[in-house]
Amino acid sequence: GGKMAARPSSGENRLVSLPLSRIRVIMKSSPEVSSINQDALFLTAKATELFVQYLATYSYKHGRGKEKNALTYSDLSHTAEECETFQFLADILPKKILASKYLKMLEKEKREGEGGEDEEEDEEENEDET
Amino acid sequence: MAERPEDLNLPNAVITRIIKEALPDGVNISKEARSAISRAASVFVLYATSCANNFAMKGKRKTLNAGDVLSAMEEMEFQRFVAPLKESLEVYRREQKGKKEARKDKDKKADSEEQDKSREEENEDDDERMEEEEQNDEEEVDN
Repeated sequence: GGKMAARPSSGENRLVSLPLSRIRVIMKSSPEVSSINQDALFLTAKATELFVQYLATYSYKHGRGKEKNALTYSDLSHTAEECETFQFLADILPKKILASKYLKMLEKEKREGEGGEDEEEDEEENEDET
Repeated sequence: MAERPEDLNLPNAVITRIIKEALPDGVNISKEARSAISRAASVFVLYATSCANNFAMKGKRKTLNAGDVLSAMEEMEFQRFVAPLKESLEVYRREQKGKKEARKDKDKKADSEEQDKSREEENEDDDERMEEEEQNDEEEVDN
């Protein structure tokens, strides 16, 4: 795939940069989908670009990261947790905690006999990236 | 078709470029952040597809169309995308129409033995050929 991205000259002026062929592969990996019309394929690719822009700018603006001139993973996972629109990403952008703290949490849960995943309190304190 | 894991990823270079163009100049993006956004984009495609498919099924159709994707955006709380998407779609449709007509003309010329010219335009054909392949696989529904 990637034919649409293969022309070097028209970088920013191209209508869509993401390769339609790859977008189609991802869409077709959904078992319930039978066929996709060309317009729908184009729109999905374009929407994905808009999504990338939105996720990046939102996370940069609202990130609690200490660095002003950088977009970090922690900015993104913060967005996934705090912003309802991006909550569908929470599972793939989990907050990071130190391994040692995580082990302590597991031990605590075992002692208290909880099977639950109530990690909220700990997560706020531990945004260090391992 | 069995997908390898990497097939469900989007090209890093393109993702990086989109991010860089969206953020102010001089902002660094960590490698981890780039990779995370790329994964998020793939998940977005899956989520949008599933959502659009629900609309298609509601309409008793087996083919996802443009309307289904736009409805999915609203459903997913990305209404802000709808207007720009509609605009882009108009441009895309015009481009596609233009290409079809260019192909028709080319076919006429090929008939009249101008094979040298069609060899020159080979680069353009690659794009169109891919679209033809895609069209052959899918039913097209005009909406």
